[in-house]
Amino acid sequence: MSALTSPSTGETLTWSDDDFEPDGRYLLDNSRLLGPIMLMPAVIYIIGLVGVPFALAIAYAFSDVTVGDQSIDWVGLRNFRDVWGNDTFQRALRNSFMFAIVSQVIVIILANMLAMVLSANFHGKRIVRFLVLLPWTTPIALAVIGWLWTLDNVYSPIDAALRELGLLGPGTMFGPGKNMLWLAKPDLAQLSVLTVHVWRTLPLATVILLAGLAAIPQDVKDAADVDGASFWRQFFYIRVPLLIPIMTVAILYGIVFTFTDMTVVYILTRGGPIDNTQVLASWAFFTGVEASNLAHGAAIALFLFPLLVVVALIMLRVAKRAETV
Amino acid sequence: MSAAAAQPYEPDISSTKRGGKAARRGVLYLAAIFFSVFAALPFAWMVFTVFKSNQDLYNGQNVPFRFNEGSPTLDNIRLLWNQTNYPTFLQNTVVVSILVVIITLLVAVPAAYSLTRLVGRWGENLGIAIFLVYLIPPTLLFIPMTRVVAVLGLKNSMFSMVVVYPTFTIPFCTWLMMGFFKSVPWDIEEQAMIDGYSRVGAIWRAVLPVSLPGILTVIVFTVALTLHEFVYALAFVTSSSEKPVSTGVTTELIRGDVFFWQSLMAAAAIVAIPVALLYTLFLDRFVAGFTLGAVKG
Repeated sequence: MSALTSPSTGETLTWSDDDFEPDGRYLLDNSRLLGPIMLMPAVIYIIGLVGVPFALAIAYAFSDVTVGDQSIDWVGLRNFRDVWGNDTFQRALRNSFMFAIVSQVIVIILANMLAMVLSANFHGKRIVRFLVLLPWTTPIALAVIGWLWTLDNVYSPIDAALRELGLLGPGTMFGPGKNMLWLAKPDLAQLSVLTVHVWRTLPLATVILLAGLAAIPQDVKDAADVDGASFWRQFFYIRVPLLIPIMTVAILYGIVFTFTDMTVVYILTRGGPIDNTQVLASWAFFTGVEASNLAHGAAIALFLFPLLVVVALIMLRVAKRAETV
Repeated sequence: MSAAAAQPYEPDISSTKRGGKAARRGVLYLAAIFFSVFAALPFAWMVFTVFKSNQDLYNGQNVPFRFNEGSPTLDNIRLLWNQTNYPTFLQNTVVVSILVVIITLLVAVPAAYSLTRLVGRWGENLGIAIFLVYLIPPTLLFIPMTRVVAVLGLKNSMFSMVVVYPTFTIPFCTWLMMGFFKSVPWDIEEQAMIDGYSRVGAIWRAVLPVSLPGILTVIVFTVALTLHEFVYALAFVTSSSEKPVSTGVTTELIRGDVFFWQSLMAAAAIVAIPVALLYTLFLDRFVAGFTLGAVKG
C-alpha cells in the first residue's frame, strides 16, 4: 500500500499496486485469460456430463452393480463373459454390423445417383429436394411410426398395392397369404429394418456428396468435356477420385448413425420376431433398462465403443488432410 | 445443324447425342420420381391415414387408397387434442427446447469464439475433438446417465432432458459456430476496439450482430436435435405428464394391442412436417459443419 498527501489540501491518496494491474474489464482484454474463461463452461459440461458418465459406463461394465445395489464392486471380465456367451448378444452383434455395412453399401450407390439428380436442373426440383430430405429432417421416432403403419401386418398399403397388381394372394408370386407380414417374418423384418436405415441415412450421404460435387472446380469439368470424356469416364476418373474423401466422411456418419441406433429397431420390431432384428444398442436397452441388469447393459453398450474409435481416427485423418491441402 | 453439315463424316454422333439428351432427361425425371416416392412413402401414408374414419380404415373390403364410408374426417385430430396427453407432450417439448437452446447458446457461442480467435493454434484441433463428442451416441451412455440424472434429483422429470441434451447440442453447435466466426473478418473486432470497446464489448457489439445468421442456425439445430432425441427421453422419463413428443407419442398412444392409428399418425405428422421444413431451410449450414473442412467451398 502506498500513500501520497497533497501539500495544498492535505488530502491523502492511497493506492495499492493492484490498482495498476488490469481490473476485471481489462483483465478480460487479455486473450490468454479470456480464451480459457469463454471455453471453460463447455469443457466443464462435457467432462461432467459426458466424461463422467463414460467413466461410469466402464465402471458399471466391470462391476456387479444392480438397480437394488448401486455400489460398484469390481468383478473383472465376468460381465463381458456372461454377455458374450448369450445367443441373443451374438445375434445382436452380427445384426449391428450387418445393418450398418449393408445399408451403407446401398446408401453410397443410391446417394451417387440421387446427388446426380439433385445437381441437375429440372422442374419441381425444390419439392423433390424437400421430399428426399424428409427421412433425415423429421424426428426419427415419428418417422419410424410412419413405417410401422406402412409395414403393418394387416393394413400395409404395400400389401394392398401388391394385391391390386396381382402379385400377392393365392396363386401369385408372393402368395398365398393375403399379407406379406413385413415385421412378423424374420427375413422380411431384417429387410424392413435395413430399408428404414437406408431410407434414413440416404439424404445425409446425398447432401454431403452434393457439397463435395459443388467443390469440384468448374475448369476440371470443362477440361473433361473438351477432351470428349464420356459420362462414365468422367464419373470414374474425375468424380470418384475427387470425391473419395467426402464419400468417406458420408459413409462414416452413416455407419455411426446406423450402428449405434436403437430407435428404428425399438419402435419397428422391438428386436423381434424372436430377437431376429436385435442390435447391440437395443439389446443393451432391453437388458439394462427393461430387465434392470445395469452391469450387463453397460457391458453390451461398451461393445459400440471400438467401432466409434476407429471412425473417429479416420475422421481425424480426413480433417487433417483437408487442413494441409 | 450447320456444324454437322460442314463435317458430314460425323452427323450420327450429334443425332445420338440429341437422342441421348432426351433419354437422359427421361431417366432424370424417373429417378427423381423414384427417390421422391421412396422418401415420402411413409409420410404420405401417414397424412392420408389421419383423415380416415375407423369404419373405413378397418374394413378389409375397402380399397385403402381412397376415402370410403365416414372419411375424410377430422375426428382423429379432435380425439388426439382432447382425449390424449398430446398437448402436454407438445408443451413439454417446447419448454425443454427453449431451455436447451438457452444453455446451448450461453455455452457454445463463447466456446466457439474462444476456439477460433483466442486460444491460438490448438483451437482447431480442440474444436474437432469437441465435435467428435457429438458422435458419442446416447445408446452408449444412457445407463450411467440414468444414474447421473438420479443423483441430480431429476429422475422422471423433464428437466433431466434440459440438463442432458446440451451434452450433444453443445459439441455440435460449438463446431457450427466456429465455422461462422472463422468467416467474420478480424477487422470488425479491431475497429471496435480502436473505437474504445473492450474485447468483450467488441464481441458483444460488433461480432455477435454480424454472426446472427450463425446464432439462428444454432437455435434451429438445437431445437431439431432436441425433437429428434429419443433414447435418453425413453430411459429417463416414464411418467406421462413429463414426456416429450418423441417418446410420448410412441409409448402412450400405443396401448398394448390397441393402436389409435389415425391419431397416432396425426401426432407424428403435426410435429414432423414443420421440423422438416425448418431443417431443410438451414440444411446447407448443417452440411458445411458435417464435412469437417474436407470440402473447400
